[in-house]
Amino acid sequence: MVERNRPLSPHIQIYRPQMTSVLSILHRITGVGLGVGALLVAYWVAAAAGGPDHFARAQALIGSWFGYLVLLGFSVALFFHLSNGIRHLFWDAGYGFELRSAYASGVAVLVMTAGLTLIAWVAAFTVLGGAR
Amino acid sequence: MSMRTPLGRVRGLGSAKEGVHHWWVQRLTAVALVPLTLWFVASLIQLAGADYAMVSAWIAQPLVAVLLTLLFVSGFYHLALGLQVVIEDYVHEDPARIVSLVAVRFACWLIGAIAVFSVLKIAFRG
Repeated sequence: MVERNRPLSPHIQIYRPQMTSVLSILHRITGVGLGVGALLVAYWVAAAAGGPDHFARAQALIGSWFGYLVLLGFSVALFFHLSNGIRHLFWDAGYGFELRSAYASGVAVLVMTAGLTLIAWVAAFTVLGGAR
Repeated sequence: MSMRTPLGRVRGLGSAKEGVHHWWVQRLTAVALVPLTLWFVASLIQLAGADYAMVSAWIAQPLVAVLLTLLFVSGFYHLALGLQVVIEDYVHEDPARIVSLVAVRFACWLIGAIAVFSVLKIAFRG
């Protein structure tokens, strides 16, 4: 195959990152990350189907500090991909293409991601702290 | 000037409307996943710290089992479509390209099938 040494657009090394491009890349990265998260969910439900012993082992794994770290990353990735995915659906419908709107919706996605993550974890710890 | 091939002109057939299938199913599953994911996360929060008996009793409820099945089918389908695009963008050389495309598709369906079967197994245990 012929070696091609021509420069590649958009010259990522010297390109100033913008919120629009960074969020776009994050959508892809979180999408791939959620694939790993989907493995975890499948393992969890398969462990439940496997009986009490398997499930206890899965719960111990997920309940460890490393499990919580993975869950935290999983939840942030999920809420970001969900929020930005809704942004994409609006674009698909033909709305929000103006530069100003694209930035505004980007900020909205970040706020929604932070808000949903916070609500989810506060709620989860409230349930954990409750009588059970 | 027509962009059609000579064969295409002779046949005189229009588009089979299949060209947008990947794009459309990705959106269809995305729309389905918005409520399904929010419901699943809210349910998991309520199940925080729950033991085996509580979790399996939750999964065994008919509505829960149906919604979990829909979540896994649309989720793993959406994942397969998304990973396919990522591979198509970055892996250009065959056989790595075709092998990774097939492997990712098979893996998604395999793990999705395991997840759905697990739900059904719990649901039908009674």
